[in-house]
Parts: sequence; C-alpha cells; structure tokens
Amino acid sequence: MYYDKLIFELSTDGRKGYSLPKTDVKRHDVPDHLKRPDCPGLPEVSELDVVRHYTNVSFKNFGIEKGFYPLGSCTMKYNPKINQDMANLPEFASLHPYQPLDTVQGMLHVYHETQRMLSEISGLDTFSLNPFAGAHGEHVGLMIMKAYHRSRGDEKRTKVIVPDSAHGTNPASATVTGLESVEVKSNVDGTVNLTDLKKVLDDECAGIMLTNPNTLGIFEKDILEIAKLVHEAGGLLYYDGANLNPLLGFARPGDMGFDIMHINLHKTFSTPHGGGGPGSGPVGVTKTLKPFLPKPVVKKTNEGYTLDGETDLSIGQVSHFVGNIGVALKAYAYLLTIGKDSITDIARFSTLNANYVKESLKDVYHLPIEGICKHEFVFDGLKDKSTGVTTLDVAKRLLDFDMHPPTVYFPLVFKESIMVEPPENESKQTIDKFIDVMRIIANEAKEDPDKVKGAPYTTVVKRLDEALAARKPLVKYKDLLDE
Amino acid sequence: MHKYMPHTHEDVRAMLDRIGVEKIEDLFSEIPKTLVHKELDIPNSMSEIELRDHFAALAKQNTPLIPFMGAGAYDHYTPSIIRHLIERQEFLTAYTPYQPEIAQGTLQYIFEYQSMICQLTGMDVSNASMYDGATATAEAMFMATGVRRSDKILMSATVNPNIQRVVKTYADYRDIEVIMVAEEDGQTNLENVKALMDKDVAGLIVQNPNVYGITEDFSNVKDALDEHKGLFIMNHDPSLLAHLKTPASWGVDIAVGEAQTLGVPLSYGGPYIGYMATTKKLMRKMPGRICGVTKDQDGKRAFVLTLQAREQHIRREKANSNICSNQSLLALFVTIYMATMGKKGLYEAQQMSMDNAHYLHEKLLELPTFEAAFDKPFFKEFTLKTSLDIDSMNDVLKTHGFLGPFPQKRFDDTKADLVTFAVTEKRTKAQMDAFVDIVRGLN
Repeated sequence: MYYDKLIFELSTDGRKGYSLPKTDVKRHDVPDHLKRPDCPGLPEVSELDVVRHYTNVSFKNFGIEKGFYPLGSCTMKYNPKINQDMANLPEFASLHPYQPLDTVQGMLHVYHETQRMLSEISGLDTFSLNPFAGAHGEHVGLMIMKAYHRSRGDEKRTKVIVPDSAHGTNPASATVTGLESVEVKSNVDGTVNLTDLKKVLDDECAGIMLTNPNTLGIFEKDILEIAKLVHEAGGLLYYDGANLNPLLGFARPGDMGFDIMHINLHKTFSTPHGGGGPGSGPVGVTKTLKPFLPKPVVKKTNEGYTLDGETDLSIGQVSHFVGNIGVALKAYAYLLTIGKDSITDIARFSTLNANYVKESLKDVYHLPIEGICKHEFVFDGLKDKSTGVTTLDVAKRLLDFDMHPPTVYFPLVFKESIMVEPPENESKQTIDKFIDVMRIIANEAKEDPDKVKGAPYTTVVKRLDEALAARKPLVKYKDLLDE
Repeated sequence: MHKYMPHTHEDVRAMLDRIGVEKIEDLFSEIPKTLVHKELDIPNSMSEIELRDHFAALAKQNTPLIPFMGAGAYDHYTPSIIRHLIERQEFLTAYTPYQPEIAQGTLQYIFEYQSMICQLTGMDVSNASMYDGATATAEAMFMATGVRRSDKILMSATVNPNIQRVVKTYADYRDIEVIMVAEEDGQTNLENVKALMDKDVAGLIVQNPNVYGITEDFSNVKDALDEHKGLFIMNHDPSLLAHLKTPASWGVDIAVGEAQTLGVPLSYGGPYIGYMATTKKLMRKMPGRICGVTKDQDGKRAFVLTLQAREQHIRREKANSNICSNQSLLALFVTIYMATMGKKGLYEAQQMSMDNAHYLHEKLLELPTFEAAFDKPFFKEFTLKTSLDIDSMNDVLKTHGFLGPFPQKRFDDTKADLVTFAVTEKRTKAQMDAFVDIVRGLN
C-alpha cells in the first residue's frame, strides 16, 4: 500500500504529541501590540501518529544501507554506525558554543586533531572546519584567494579559471565572491588544455579551480606544469575536494602545488549525506595563506586548546559559531577507524572498483575516454543508441532493480553522461550484480526499448511531471488547500 | 583486511585480470613519481573498542554546563522520538533527491518543512533550508541587493554581532556596503532608518528578538522602506512565532533565522539550520532548493524539486547562489519537532520559556548588584546591567555547573557592564532559585 498522507492530513483537533512539566512560575503575557492574533497551522497529532507517519515516509526513500549507490562525484560510501554513536555522546552534543574553554577541551581536541589529520592527508599547512559544505568551502576558499591578492594591492586579479568539466558550484562560487569565472575548454579527457590555459593566464587571473582527478575520473598528469604556469602568472590554485577519495595516501594536493582546497567530509570521510546535508567543507591553505583563514581558529597552546579570533588579515567570520562540528566528530571517528594502515586501501579499492565496472561494461555502453580512470568514470550513454533509449531511461530502469542510478547528465561535456562511482566498501559480488543489471538493461534497450522508456514500474511513484511543478508552483500545504 | 573494505585476494585478482593489469598500483602509474607520498603521520587504525575508550576519555574533558545563556544557541528540549526517526537509514544516508521516484521520503518532509515554516512566518514560500541563521541572513542580503540592483544595504546595530560579521564578510567580497543603523534604548532607531534610506539602498536587515533579547516594535518600518522600494529582511527566532507577530504581518519581504531553537541540540554550535522564506513575488529570486507538488504518469500526487533554473547546477555562474548541500536532515529534525509540539505545544513550551525568563528577571532585579538595562519587552532572553565582576561571577557559576550570562563586552567594549541571560522551558524553578542564590552571594 502506498502511503500518501501529509502530516497535516492526520491532524485531529485536541490531539497532542508532547508533554511538559507543571510549573508554578507566574504566567506572563506578550504585550498586545507584539502579539500574534492567530495560531500557526501546525498539526495536532499523537506521538505514535508522528512516529508512524515519518516511518512510513522513510519507506519512500532509498538509502545506502538498502543497496548499491554508485553516484558519481558524490562518494556514497557506508556511513558507519559507531561514528553516529560517538557524535551523539551527551558530553559532546550538549555543549553550548560559548562554554568556557576549560569545559570543552575534549571537543576542541577533536577539532584540532581533525584539522591536523586533514593537513597531513592533503599536504596543506592548516585547515579551518568552519565552512558548512563543499560549496561553502569554495566560497570561503575564493574569499581567501581574493583577500590574498588584495593584501598585496593586486586588486585587478578578479578572474577565476574554471574548466568546462567543473562542478556547477565552481563558477557559482566565483560569482558570489565577486569574481568572474572564465571557462576554458578541456581536452577530450577533461584534462586542462595547456595551450588554452596559457592564453587566459594574465595579470587579471586570480587563480584556477580544479578537481583532480577531474569529473571524468582522469588524473591531471600535467598538474605540476599547470601549477608552475599558474604560479608564474601570479595566480593561485584551488583544489575542489569532491574527488579526493582515490588520492588518499597516494598523492597530496599540497604537493601538487595547490594553495587552497576544500574537503567534503560527507564524501571522502564517510559522514552521512542526510538527504542533502548537513555536510562539512573544511578549507585548507598553505602557510602563506594561513593568516587569511576565517575566524575563529582553534589553536593548541601550552595551556590547552584556545579559540582565536584575532588576526588582521582574516577574511572574517563565515559561520555564527564553528561550523558543523557535529559532522567533524563523525569524520574524526572515521579517520581513527581507518588509520594510516588502511587509508591507502580506500584509494586502491575505489579505483579498482571503478576500473572493473568500466572494463566490464564498455562493450555495451559508450566509453568516450579509454584508459585507466581513478575512482569514477563516465559513459556517454548506450553504445547502440539506435532505439532511442536515453541515459535517463537507463537510470529510471535501474530503479526497478533496487539500485540507485549513477549521476546522470553530468559532466556537461558529453550529451548522455552516466557517471559511475563504486566506493571502496562495495564488494565484487555487489558490483557484479550491477554489471549484470546494466547489461540486462542494454539488452532490453535493443529488444524491447519501450520497456526501458516506460520505467520505472516498481517505485512508489512513476515518472513525474516536472514541468507542471514549475509552471504552477505548489510549495506548501496551504497551496494545496487553496487550489 | 579492514571491516569497511570487503575485497579478498581472489576478488582483487579476478578484477585485475578483467582490467588487464598486474597489480592495483598499476592503476596509479600516471601519478608523477615525485608526488607519491611517504607514510602519513596519522594514528594506526583503532578497533571499535579502542575508539569507544578514546571517545570516553575525550568526553571526560568536556563538562556540559546548565545554560543561563543563549546568544544565538538555546537549550530547548528535544523529544526522544526525533533522534530515532532522523537516524533511520532511509533519511540519514540518502543523497539529495535528484531521483524523485526513490526520494519521495526526503521530498515529502521538505514539503512539510516548507509548509510549517510558512505557517510560522506567515510568508508565501520557504526553501529547503540554509546552513545557519547567519549565512541565511547573508544570503538574504545577496537576494535583496540582486533584486534591487543595488550595492548598499542597511543593518540594525541591534542584530547579533556574529550575524553582522557574517553578513559583512559576504558583502565585502562583492563590494556591497553594509550601512549600520543606530540603536536607541536597545532598539532599531526608526528615524535613523529614514535618514539613511534612499532609492540606492536595497533594504534593511533587523533581528527579532534582538541581541539584547528585546522584542522590537517594527511599526512604520515597512512604510519607511516602501517609500524607496527597499526590501525588509527580518531574522526571527522561529520558536517564538506562536506568540509573536509574524514577519509577514510586519511587511517583511525576506524572513530568515536560526531554527536551532526548534529543539536542535546545542552541539557546540552545529549542525544547526538556517531558514529562509519570502513572498510569492520574490520566489524565483530565492536561493536554495524548493520542493513542489506535481503528479506522476498515473496522476498520483508526488513531490519534486522545482524552479531549479535558479540553481548552480543549471545556471552555473548566473545562479542565485552557490548553495548545493544544505541542512536537509536538520530540516527533517525541526519538522518532526514542529509536528510533535503541534499547534498548542510550541505555544506552551515557549510560554514556559517566557515565564521562566520573567521570573529570573524579577529575582535578579531584587539583588542590589543588578539593574535593568532597558525598559523593553523581552521573551526568553534579557539584558541587565551589573556591578559585579562578570568574569569572576561566571567562574563561580561554572563551579556550580552553570553557564552564566553572556557578557556583551565580548561584542562591544563600551558595554562592559551588560550581561544577557536566557532560559528556556527546560529550566526549573529550583535551578533558577539555586542560580540566583549563588549570584546573591557575590559582591
């Protein structure tokens, strides 16, 4: 049975789901001129109503614990339960952000150690955990880039080079930082075209944003040359950490010449995506750029850990407190569980998995870039497109086999992109099953294309009319009642 | 072998054979030799037993205190069911709902969240959440300056300085000038708004309750802004909107705020959740994700992300904002909170916060060491002037397990004798009496 109710539709006058203590404190009233005359239309439901409702709502979702989730560039790895337990410890979860420093040394230790381990892993001098998500990290990182040029009186550097294969957040982050993004065409494999790069490296260049391996899963083998060119032109290199997973323990962005980077703790370091957040996007910088980090900065001193807000060059504050620290707790637990003895295996097995899938399917899906990939790769749709079955159709058909589809229609450099990322937690058995299903779908596309075009059949809803939602926005319960 | 990585030797061999390479390291041969790194200086892996012991030791170095302070983070009660429900793997481990057929759960709670935020604020449309209240305010500033094609905005001096700082950081890099409106007796000075407002200014940012806990009277503010087509941005504590006039009824164009007050644990400052809601007119200028209702092929009601042409993954450099991940799971958290508290519970809980705050206020004013700083209405947070040495007072309170009031001198040197207290429905009369007794003993 399909559960179709909204919580508002369960509401019954007089029911309640809460309990409060009795109190003998004198009652006070809001002055009339500030008082709300009516009651907000929240539901009236019992505790069991709430529990059953959200349990039934949850059944309409697909999570990592249900099945394979090879979303490219999202690194949907297992979210360990122990991390959740540790982050929920009341000694961490019930601390007020303005408690005296001597009452929060355990928390600050986690903050500082996480920073330190991220520095070690990435080869950059110092990290700030304050940014809330990847895109926030980009915003903060580009502020640092701009602040650095400003501090040298080099105000004309306002252009940021972004390859056409980059994540959409990259150019958007440039805009919100008051910088202009300059798109450069990539080589066919998504790597930077050095000739084109040289053309845009001038005295207005603030820097370049790169993902390495890039969004096609290809390692930028000319990275040292690129870094040299950009630095010689007076620019800085920004590393988008979305694809850090396959480099863990192998190579470090700092050693490649990157000056600023962000890390997505909710990708590489196993913290849950939560249906779209909370993430955490720590930003790391070289020693030169350290004074520009956002405030406050956690420091280790002889008297213990402190929160330091005072540097003249800091870009300022980018969060009310110290960011999504609860997320960092989980990443810290993960880092300790993995340790230096296993961290390289993350890179090794995620890369092995991706290459295995690629080689196992390239006879039926079009592989535009041959050769070794890192943790992910991109197909450009089915090899045989004659029946008109698209990437969207393949993705929807996968739903009927209880698998989450790969990322589709990204990167934009191919028309029918299918971006596959099978993280290191996934066994050969799981991957073989995916390969089988992808082959079944390719076969169906040939034999019975309408079957694929009509998918999905087994999900709680079928394909949606997205145009209707945009044409006539119904964005709250009251809109449904007013309709 | 590690418990998170299932590859056996046989698996690896078979996979390498399919790929056609000898060993896994061959898959990394394009990485320049000079880059290949030595051993990392991080600890060896811990077993679950060792990890628990390690966290237990760290936990001992934290001492949660009973807060009599707010200053942007409030100790409201979290019903037990919330943690259990949000940690269901279907919610916790899912990605952003880009495949709506298998993400109806996420999409539905976003829709319910948006509906409830609109009920509280009176606004027409809410997005799916922002990072925190401060960044939501900064995004509202971008939205207003974008809509008005302006590079100036007013902000009241009574906005919490941490929010001010975030807004100013964001503004600085886009060359937007943030002009401060003076405060008068703890409130936004309306005359100063009128004096500073002109057609080149995008609008005004205020906060309610403000940094002193005062619930401001915004009568005539909208008129002052309308004269110059300025937009009205209000950062409002959502938990108080069962009692207080809605942002919409003050004529607000963009309502934002910190929804941590809807039962989210203190967690040393995060993760919290910013909210943003606006008018129908400005809907398409709003940043972030928006969920809408549609139908599937069979005509069944379904939910989907909509108006995506505003967003970075479609519009790239022309997007309204760069926001991608937000605080989705926290949106579910506060949705369950609002559903659990419901129409009456939110009112009753915050009535208790208000009653407790007024009780504490009255008790403290009986002491010779405290006097009122402002004669203005407040809700759960209030500011007093004290003759006590604030740091020593808070040190003594700490030894009794209490987190003392917020010293306003942390924001402004000229306010050395002002302290701001906050209490919620969680504080008992006994705790407040004990607190006052300790303070009574000081001089």
